[in-house]
Formats: sequence, structure tokens, C-alpha cells
Amino acid sequence: MTPKTNPGPHSCDLAIIGAGPAGMAAAATAAQVGLKTVILDEGDRPGGQIYRDVEQTTAQRKQVLGSDYTAGGALAAALRASDAVYLPRSTVWNISSKRLIDYSLDGTSFQLQASAIIVATGAVERPFPIPGWTKPGVTTVGALQILFKSSGIVEEDAILAGSGPLLWLVASQMVAAGSPPVAVVETTPPRRLQAALPHILGALRGHHYLRKGLSLIRAVRRAKVPVFKDATNLEVIGDQDATGLQFISKGQRRTVSARHVALHQGVVPNPQITRLLGCDHYWDSKQHCFRPVTSACGLTSVEHVYVAGDGAGIMGAISADLQGRLAAQDIATSMGKSPPERSDRLAAKLTKDAAIRPFLEALYAPAPDVMSPADAVTVCRCEDITAGAIRDAVDLGAPGPNQVKSYLRSGMGPCQGRVCGLVVATIIAQRRSVSMDETGYFRIRPPLKPLTLQELARFQPTQELDP
Amino acid sequence: MTAHSKISADLIVIGGGIHGCSAAMFAAQRGMDVVLIEKDTIGRHASGVNAGGVRRLGRDFAELPISQHSMELWYTLADLVEDDCGFQIAPQIKLAETPQEMATLTERVAQLRTLGFEHEVVLDRAEVRRLLPAVSDHIVGGIGSLRDGFAQPYQTTFAIARRAQHFGARFFENETVQRVEKNAQTSEQIWEVSTDQATYAAPNVLNCAGAWAGRLAESLGETVPIEAVAPMMMVTSRLPPFCDAVVGAAGRPLSFKQMPNGTVVIGGGRLGYADPSKNLSEMIFPELRLTAQTAMEIFPIMRNATIVRSWSGIEGRMPDKIPVIGPSAKHAGLFHAFGFSLHGFQMGLGVGDIMAELIANGSTQWQLGAFAIDRFAQRPTF
Amino acid sequence: MAKRIDGVSETVSFSFEGQTLETAKGDSVAAALAVTGHRHLRNSVVSAEPRGIYCMMGTCFDCLVEVNGVPNVQACRTTVQDGMVICRQSYGESGQ
Repeated sequence: MTPKTNPGPHSCDLAIIGAGPAGMAAAATAAQVGLKTVILDEGDRPGGQIYRDVEQTTAQRKQVLGSDYTAGGALAAALRASDAVYLPRSTVWNISSKRLIDYSLDGTSFQLQASAIIVATGAVERPFPIPGWTKPGVTTVGALQILFKSSGIVEEDAILAGSGPLLWLVASQMVAAGSPPVAVVETTPPRRLQAALPHILGALRGHHYLRKGLSLIRAVRRAKVPVFKDATNLEVIGDQDATGLQFISKGQRRTVSARHVALHQGVVPNPQITRLLGCDHYWDSKQHCFRPVTSACGLTSVEHVYVAGDGAGIMGAISADLQGRLAAQDIATSMGKSPPERSDRLAAKLTKDAAIRPFLEALYAPAPDVMSPADAVTVCRCEDITAGAIRDAVDLGAPGPNQVKSYLRSGMGPCQGRVCGLVVATIIAQRRSVSMDETGYFRIRPPLKPLTLQELARFQPTQELDP
Repeated sequence: MTAHSKISADLIVIGGGIHGCSAAMFAAQRGMDVVLIEKDTIGRHASGVNAGGVRRLGRDFAELPISQHSMELWYTLADLVEDDCGFQIAPQIKLAETPQEMATLTERVAQLRTLGFEHEVVLDRAEVRRLLPAVSDHIVGGIGSLRDGFAQPYQTTFAIARRAQHFGARFFENETVQRVEKNAQTSEQIWEVSTDQATYAAPNVLNCAGAWAGRLAESLGETVPIEAVAPMMMVTSRLPPFCDAVVGAAGRPLSFKQMPNGTVVIGGGRLGYADPSKNLSEMIFPELRLTAQTAMEIFPIMRNATIVRSWSGIEGRMPDKIPVIGPSAKHAGLFHAFGFSLHGFQMGLGVGDIMAELIANGSTQWQLGAFAIDRFAQRPTF
Repeated sequence: MAKRIDGVSETVSFSFEGQTLETAKGDSVAAALAVTGHRHLRNSVVSAEPRGIYCMMGTCFDCLVEVNGVPNVQACRTTVQDGMVICRQSYGESGQ
């Protein structure tokens, strides 16, 4: 069998992993100053999740998704126009401590040696384990948005349940698409607005976000979508698959029928690569997630490795773009190139864009029971491990997520903790009455995504490149 | 606990892998007051992440008596520690891919018979296929130890540790031993082992510090040529059941086991990169690729298997590939059990029992001469 | 049920569990199954309970199907090709 030729260069100045706003912006900046830049994207086209398939969107989808989404088109165009090498369908499965990247493209693995890396792999949904959440017909709210962005598909019989801006954004988009949700079930606890009020000045600085958010909520209410507030004790009902949602709202037990239940509790940084590389992380008690320790320009505790975008902490798409540019500039400067923008101006824009965050974080912090499900609830979906089993393991003496993983297999399935990791850590921390920082997180091992034995067997790491 | 407590015991075990935990358990069961100090957490290193093979097959002849004794203990382990440890009796098989390899294996079994060991049997082409229907056509035959087995390494080590504590042993995790010295002030020989949290005092110290044991031995004047290595493993997603033996190959590194849940654990000892000072081990995929090739060539059904995770641990390896077990050559009250060279898991129960006997009674009937810590020093260095 | 808001210009044909289906060219397997009403993609390898799509972004690995005989393929990361044969994962149903 003839070896496949390397689709990209064998080495580069800067490798960017992920082609969302942070990755696209970083690539354009880096290429602009003459850095040999490669961007590795798991997707078929640039955009990441928030600008998913923006290059191929239709008039109907644009109408529903609005200008916040179509703005991603400019980033994608800038990437395409730049000298950065864009590699789609390229899944990074290992990065060595010397920044040698192993990636898989269409079933063959290749290597790329990078002098610097920007990790721009964005965020994942916060896990929201409830009884019945593994049934067919239950997805994340983000999944509904992806179905719409990629294929123009909208669910006609869906409940949106949880907390956070995305809940309202997708609800309003479904209204605009002619398929309003059957209900919005909000788990934001009562009196959260009061709790968030100390941050109102920041919110007013970010008033365009506030106005946008209010307009989404108004659009959903105008469409007469039933909204249930202060919801707790959520449970998906249905025998083999989802037929509805049961919950308690303002003290009243409710059952709403629907074939689709979409859950959301905000997003959190995707930690797989920063954990694999051994970057230091800390628990952010406002965002309720682990974040990599970074400098103002996104440099992690591992030299020449940067994070930009939601992977550094949840700041949204505009900040991701700015962070991508800032990180790329920092790398360019370190390699003797002149940065195209003033870093202090970029930093100032970042500060301004971040003004809304403390308000949103206080308003939409997950309710306590979100990350502390009842014993019978499945927490690790891959291996069907319940919250109770994890608590039992802690009681036996397992002190942390890695021991629990070894003992129960939670985190050993193909998702490698991407879905359950935060909840497993939270359950352990609460059971032991210790902090999240002390509890830590799963040790992440390669391959980052499953790799066939065949592909590894055929891997030719010292493949010659075509000149 | 206040800083710098002083804790007394009969025995201080340094190292919370299977050997340390096992020794602590058997010693505590014998009524000794045992303290175990572990710099990370129980089973954090080799003992928690190995292939889980419970294997007598293919061992260096010197190890066989201890390995046999250990196997007897494995058969009763579930009662002993009140946890099944994921242990199952299963054939361990080593395959010959060429006639020459088959001849070597056959010769080995004949030699074992003359020494009185009956557990290994020769398997011809047909017999190997009866036990391993999915094996490749090119396999000539092999040898097997049909009542060996496998277990879950972390679950086992954890269970032994809990049992030791049930018998009264006190475990201290996340404490690094900083200093081991003899207290000259008392008339008895008392060791003082200091960590950043406490000072522990006992007449006996057992060094089970794995890849870090050499550093500890060296600090007490016993230099030993141990090397820290990082054997690599990988595990696949579930496949339909096709193999219930643990399989190795005579001519190339392989340890291949399909677990009851269908996942396949593949190892064999190809090495990654080890940095024991940082608890770091890193995969070297060009090496692991060879393991993948071996697995696919011996079990063609694996071609659609996906690797879900790979990992390595940090293990101590001796130049002659057999461990150091026994009393110190220099100091009374100091004992060693380390350097198990990538095959210590199965021996853990036997070694723990023997060390407990040796330390409690001052002597043991077991022949430990081949494992003496100073066997390397006897060689001339020029 | 799931519906499309765009017209479909080009279609591709595929089969799921032996049933021939059509979907828009460019759809992922997950989208195609969602819009044709097929929610049950596999059974949990541990509990044998039915599973379907969850995250749609390649992180949850719940949407694993068998494509043209190859198992463990993420439906949300795979574009439907004309003639693709898609089945539920065929092993691990009993959890053993």
C-alpha cells in the first residue's frame, strides 16, 4: 500500500487547533505577519461550533440566525484568503511535550512539529445529568442549534430546559423558524436577579448584550411559549425514548409532553488538550469550571503553548476573536515579527467585552443540584455509572477522579470524561468536603479521540515530506 | 494532624503499590503495628496501571517458587480481602510464531519438569487453536499455564490496602519520605523516617518504593542499578468476545487480554519515556505502533478495533530482570522488595506474605539469595 | 418531529437498518437520521438501554453507528455518502 503524502507541512511556526472564532482570527493574524501557520480543524469547514457551516449557510437560515452568526463569515473569508494552511477533517490525537502533533485525516495519521501552539478548541456543554437524560430524544440545546446551522433542521416538538443565555437564543431562533418550543423550563433559582445586581454596572457597560438578551426573552414570550420558572427535580419521562419532562416549578408538580427534550446549563472550557499537555488549571468559582492558568496573552504554564477562546474561560465569540489575535501577536513578537495591531488596544477591547460577564455568571450560575445529582442518576453516560456509585467509591477511600475512574470505569469510555468530568469531580469534592482545586480532574491520555489499531499500525511518523 | 507528629510502630512500609500494601496487610494480620507511607496515592504507579496479568508462565526460574506461592494466595484472594479484585482464573499463553520459537518454548517446559514445576504445558497447533480460535494462521503453537489469570490492578491494590487498614495498619498518603536514619540515642536499633508531616519510628523499615526505591536504598549506602522505565499500554473499545486467555508472544513484546466487558488491553513492555522525579511518563507512539502491528498480526480480528486510551506507568527495572527481595546487606531492620521489572503484579501477594514472615520472625524458609540487593556489587567494575 | 426550513436541491440515498432513505446532500448521518425520524442509534454497551444523538459536536460519543461495516463511527461527524449502509452497533447489546 503506497503511503499517503503528508497533507500539510512537516513543521510550522504556529499550529492552531480549532477553527472557531479564536482559531480563525489567530490564523489570519499569524499568517499576516509571515509566520508559517497551520490550522488543524476537526470540522469539514471553518467556523467551530458558534459559526458552524457559516460558509454554506442559506438565506432561510441567515434570517433565523441573524447577524451575530453571519459575522463569522468574515472570519472564515479572512482565513481562506490568508497564507495559513487550513487542514479540515484533521483530528489531533496526541501532542508530545516537545509540541510534536499527531493528527488523523481521513483514516491516516500524520505528524506536525510546531514551534508554538494555540489551543482554540472552545467549549463543551456543562453536564446536566437528570433521570432519563440518556434516552433517545434528549440532546443538549447546543445540539439543536447545530442541527439548524448545519442542515436547517428544527425540532417541532421540543422542550428547552435549563439555564443560560443559549436557552433563550435557541428558543427565539425556533420561534423565528416557525417551530416555537413546546415550553421553556428554566432552572435559574429564584432571586438570582437580586444576586446579580451588584454587577449591574458591568452589565450596563455591555448594554448591547443586555438589550439583545432582553429582546430574545421578549420574542419568546410574544410567541406565547409557556415558560416555567424556578424549576427543580427535572426528569425525562418515556419508556424507551423521551416523551416529555416532569419537574417542579414554583412548588407545583408539572408534566409537559414532548418528543424532544433539550438540556442546557451553560458551557465550560474543553480541557482535553490543556490537560494532556500538563498545563496548570484552577477552579473558577464564578464560572464554576476549571480554567487553564494563562497570562494576559493566553500563554499557559507550558512554554510556547497558548489558549485562546472559550477554552481559556467562557467569554463568548467576540472575545475569542480578540484573544486569538492577541495570542498570535504574542507569538509573532517572540519570533521577531512586528505585531499588526496594538496589543494594549486589543486588551482594552477584551476588557470591554468582558464587562457583561460577572452579571451573566451571577445570574446563570448553575443551581446547586445541577452538579450534584441524586444517587440513582447516571453520570458517566459511556459506562452507565451512577452518582451513587461514585459516592460509594469515595466512601471506600477513592480520593479523586482518577482513582474513581480506575475503580469504576467512569471516564474510561470513548468520551474520555468530556461529558461527565466536571460532575464526577464535583461529586467527589462534595463527598469529601474538599475544594475543587484539591480534587482535581481526570488525567487525560492520548489518543485524544479514538484511533483505530489499524491506523496506528500503519502510522509512519518519519514520513518524508514533498518539497 | 499537627506538623511533625511523632508516630511509633513495629514496621514502616515505604511505598503504596501492591508489594507495600500486601506486606502491610500480612504483617498487620500477624499482629504487627504497621505504618505505610506513600508519596502519592495507593496504586498510583505501576501497581495501578499495569496489564493486570496474574502470570506464572514464562518467568525466570528463580521467581517460580514465590510465584507459585503467590498463585495459591490469588486463588483465595476474594476471601482474604473481601473484594473480588476483578480476578479471574484464565489461561496465560505464550505463542510461537516460528518453529525455532516453538523449539525454545518446548525445551523450557522440559526443563521446568525436571525442576518439579508442572504448571506450564506445551500447546501444539491444534491445541492453541482450541484455546484461541481467533489466532492467526501463522501461529505454530505455544505454551500455556492454564490456571493462571488476570485481575484489575487498581481494584486489587486498593482492596489490599483497605484490608490492611482493617487489620489495623495506618496509611499515610501524599507524604514523601525525606529522610531515613537510625536513631543513635536509643539502645535498640530504631529507624526514624521523616516526611514533611511527621516522623515515624520503628525497628523495621521495608523499602517498596518501586522506581524510586533505588534512591532510597542509595541514601542508606546501598547502591543498586535500578532504572525507571515506562511500559506502554493501550485499551480498545468493546469487541464481541473472541479471546478468554491472556496472550503473549515468544519473539516480540505482547500482552493481550480481552476483558469480560469486551475491551482489549494490549501491552507487552514496549517503553515510553519516564521521568520519575515529576511522576511523568510519556508515550512514544512509533514504539506503540509496533505493539499495534503485533496485536493485529496475531489476532487479525483486531483490525477494526479502536484504541480508546493509551497510558504508561513508572516501573523499576533491574539489569537481570528479576527483583530485589530480602534483607538489606548493610543494616539490621531494613528490608527491600522492589525492582519487579514489569512483572511484579502477580508476585505481590507472595512477596508480601514472605516479607511479613521475614520481618515478624527474623527469618524465612524461602530462598531469597537470587534476589539479594548486593548481587550486582559483587561483579568487578573494571 | 424534525423538519427542514430550506428546500432540498440535491439528495443522497442511504440505508438504515435495511430501510432505504433519502436526505439532503451534505447532511451528517446524525442529521439525516433525525430528520427521517430515527432516534434509536445503538444500545448502551453496559445497560443495553437505547441511545441516540446527544451533543452533535463529536464530544459525547453517544451517536456511534456502524457505517459500511465499520463500527464506532460518530454519526454527527460523518457526512452521508450515496449508498452508505448504516446500522446500529451490532455488539455489546447484552453488555457482555
